[in-house]
Amino acid sequence: MDFIGVPVSEDTTNTKNKVKKTMKRQKPFQEPVDNGSVEESESAGSSFPPTFSLSTIKNKQRRHLMFMKLKQEKRKQKLELRKKRKKERDALGDKAPPKDVPKTIENQRVYDETTVDPEDEEVAFDEGTDEFSAYFNKLTNPKVLITTSDRPRGRTVRFCEQLATVIPNAHVYYRRGLALKRIIPQCVSRNFTYLMVINEDRKVPNGMVLCHLPDGPTAHFKVSSVRLRKEMKRRGKDPTEHHPEVILNNFSTRLGHSIGRMFAALFPHDPHFVGRQVATFHNQRDFIFFRFHRYIFKNEKRVGIQELGPRFTLKLRSLQKGTFDSKFGEYEWVHKRHEMDSSRRKFHL
Amino acid sequence: MAVKSQLCSVWVGSETGILKGVSLSKKQAFNFCEMSCLTRDQEVCTMAWGDPHETEVLIGCLNGRVKTFSTEKGIFTESRECGDLSQGRFTGLAVMDSSLITCVESGLLKVWNEGSSNTAEINVGTGVCRMRQNPSQRHHVATGGKENPLKLWDLQRPDKSIFTAKNVANDWLDLRVPVWVRDIAFIQDSNKIVTCTGHHQVRVYDPSSPQRRPVLETQYGEYPLTTLSLPADQASVVVGNTHGQLAILDLRKGLVRGCIKGLAGGVRGLQCHPSLPVLASCGLDRFLRVHSLKDRTLQHKVYMKSRLNCVLLSSRDLELLWLHIPQSWPAKPKLPLITKRGVCAFFGVQGLYISGSNLPVSSQSSVSCKAGTADPGGPEVTVPASAPAWKILPWLLLAVWWN
Repeated sequence: MDFIGVPVSEDTTNTKNKVKKTMKRQKPFQEPVDNGSVEESESAGSSFPPTFSLSTIKNKQRRHLMFMKLKQEKRKQKLELRKKRKKERDALGDKAPPKDVPKTIENQRVYDETTVDPEDEEVAFDEGTDEFSAYFNKLTNPKVLITTSDRPRGRTVRFCEQLATVIPNAHVYYRRGLALKRIIPQCVSRNFTYLMVINEDRKVPNGMVLCHLPDGPTAHFKVSSVRLRKEMKRRGKDPTEHHPEVILNNFSTRLGHSIGRMFAALFPHDPHFVGRQVATFHNQRDFIFFRFHRYIFKNEKRVGIQELGPRFTLKLRSLQKGTFDSKFGEYEWVHKRHEMDSSRRKFHL
Repeated sequence: MAVKSQLCSVWVGSETGILKGVSLSKKQAFNFCEMSCLTRDQEVCTMAWGDPHETEVLIGCLNGRVKTFSTEKGIFTESRECGDLSQGRFTGLAVMDSSLITCVESGLLKVWNEGSSNTAEINVGTGVCRMRQNPSQRHHVATGGKENPLKLWDLQRPDKSIFTAKNVANDWLDLRVPVWVRDIAFIQDSNKIVTCTGHHQVRVYDPSSPQRRPVLETQYGEYPLTTLSLPADQASVVVGNTHGQLAILDLRKGLVRGCIKGLAGGVRGLQCHPSLPVLASCGLDRFLRVHSLKDRTLQHKVYMKSRLNCVLLSSRDLELLWLHIPQSWPAKPKLPLITKRGVCAFFGVQGLYISGSNLPVSSQSSVSCKAGTADPGGPEVTVPASAPAWKILPWLLLAVWWN
C-alpha cells in the first residue's frame, strides 16, 4: 500500500500560523501559497472577501487575535496619517490652516429649546417673581437646617458637620425619626429658609433633599463621590467663618436656572472677600460638582488655589413645586430615565 | 394682533398671567398681554369658551377678575370683577344663555346675569377643586373637591343638588376612603359623569340610576390624578397625574389602554379635540404638547417659558388635519389606475383632496373627490399653497378631461 505523505505543517503550536491558515482557508480564490511559506506580509483587511467579518469566527482565541491584529493595523494607519499631517503642517509653516476643533460631547450637545435668553422679558418676569425673589431682593437672609435620614452613621455625620462649616448660618440637627412634613412648619416659624436632608444608605450619604422653606420648590438629588476633608490630598486648613463667594457654572436651561438660583440662595448675599473662599457649583453633563477652595492672588495674573472642605457630586432627580410632599405634591420636573436618557448628547440642566 | 389671534387654534393660560395662542400649522406661539403690567395675581386659573362659535375666550384670574378675550379682534374686550383673593382661586367658568357662571375654591357658585346685578348664589361646600358644565344640558353643573363629594346642580332649582355622590364602602382595613375629586367630565349621549381623584382613582357615576355610589372604579398609578379629558370616540378617558404620566383608560372594563410619554412635569391642563383623535396637554414643565391618540406619538411640542395652567383647543379642524398623520388614508397603489375612481385614489394617495371651491375650474363639482376610495372619515380640505403646482396641474387636467 502506498502511503502518500500528506504534508503537515511542523509548527502546530504557533497560533499565528494557525491564524494565517484560517485566513488562507477563507479565501479559496487566492492563488495557492506554499505550505511552508507562512510569511505573509499583506495587511489583515486587504485580502479578505468583502463579506468577511470577525464575528463569523467561532473560535474565541482566534477571533481575539484577529481583532487585536485589526486594531494594531488601524493604529498604525492612524499614526502614519498623523505623522503625514504633521509633516504637511510643518512644511506649510505659517500658512497652515487652523487646527480643527475636536468633537466632544459638550460640543455635540443637542440644542435645548429651553435655554434661557438673557434678554427675554417673560423669563425675567418669571424669575423676578418666583419663590426666590424674596432672597434676590435682599429681603431675607439664608438660614439652613441640615439633617439626615434617621440614625445616621459615621461618614454621613461627618459630612453634615463639614457642610455646616462650608455653608454660613447652617445648623445641624439630629433627626429623631421625625416626619419632614411636621418639621417644615416648625422651621418656617423659626425663620429657616432651607431644609437640607442628607439621605444615607449603608453608612454612606447618597441622596439630598433641598427644600426652600416658605413655600418654595423641593429638589431631590442623588449624591455621589463624597470626599471628606481628611481624604483630600494637599488641602488647606479648615474653612473660616467668612461668607464664601459662589460660582455657578453652566446652568443654561430654564431648569438649570431654577436649580442654580436654589444653590445661590443657600449663601448670604455679601461675600467676604477678605476670607478668599469660594464655593463652586459646576454643572457638566447634568452632574453638578461641588468644590470649596481658598484662593490667593500671587500677582496680577497668577492665582493659587487650595481645596478645602468636602467635595461631592449631585445629580437632579426631581424638582417639586411646593414644600416637601412626595406623594401629593406636583412635580415640575421628574427624571425619567428611559425617556430622557436615550440620547447621549441631550442634557437637561 | 387680530391676524395672529385668528391663526391660533390652541389657547394656553400661564402662571404669569399671559394668555398664549399657538398656531400649530405655522408652528408659532403668540403672547397676548401687555408686558409692562404683568403681576403674579393675574395668574390664569381657568379658561372657557365664551360662546359656542369659539370667538371669545373667558379667562379667570387669581385676583378674581374674569377677562374676555376676542379671538377675532385679538384684544381683551372686557374685564369683570367676580370675586376676590379671599374666596380662593377660580375652579370653574361656564357660560349659559349669556350669563356667566363662576365657582371659587371656598364653594361659592355664582351666576352673573348680563347687565342686571342680581346674581344667583349656591354654596357647594368648601374645598372645591373643579366645576364643570354639561355641554348638552347647559343648566347642569357638577362640582367636587377635597372632602367634597361630586354634586350635580341644576341652576334653575338652586336650593338643592340633584345628585350627591356617596362615598365608596370602607376599604379592606375598614377605614373610610378619603374623598378628593380633582376633575369632572360629562360623557356625551348619556347621563354619566366621570371623575378623577387625588387618590389616583377614576370613577364613573350615573345620576339616572338609583345607585349613588360609582358605577365603575379604577385606579391608575401612584400619584394624584390632576386632570382628565374625554376623547372623541366614546368609552375611554385620558387622565394625567402630577408626575407627568398620561394614560388612556378604557371605561368599559376600567383597564389601561396605553400611556403617553413625553411629559416631564405635572399635568395641569388636558383637552381632547372634539372630532379628531388629538390631545393637547400642558403642565409645569413649560411645554405644550399635542399627541395623536391613535398611535400615542408626539405631534407637536412648543416651549412656552412659563408654567402653564390650562389649555383650550378650538374645534377648527382645518389646520390640524395637515398635522394628523394619515393612519386611515389609503396606501399608495403601485400604478395609477386609469378609472374614474382610480384618479380619485391617486389623489388620495398624495393626500390631496381637492375641494371644488378653491380652484379656478369651471366644472368645479367634478373635481372634488368623494370618500369612496379614501377613508370615509377624511374630510375635504383645501390644497395648501406650498404644494408644487407641477404636481397638481397634470392630474387636475386629467380629472377635468375625464369628467
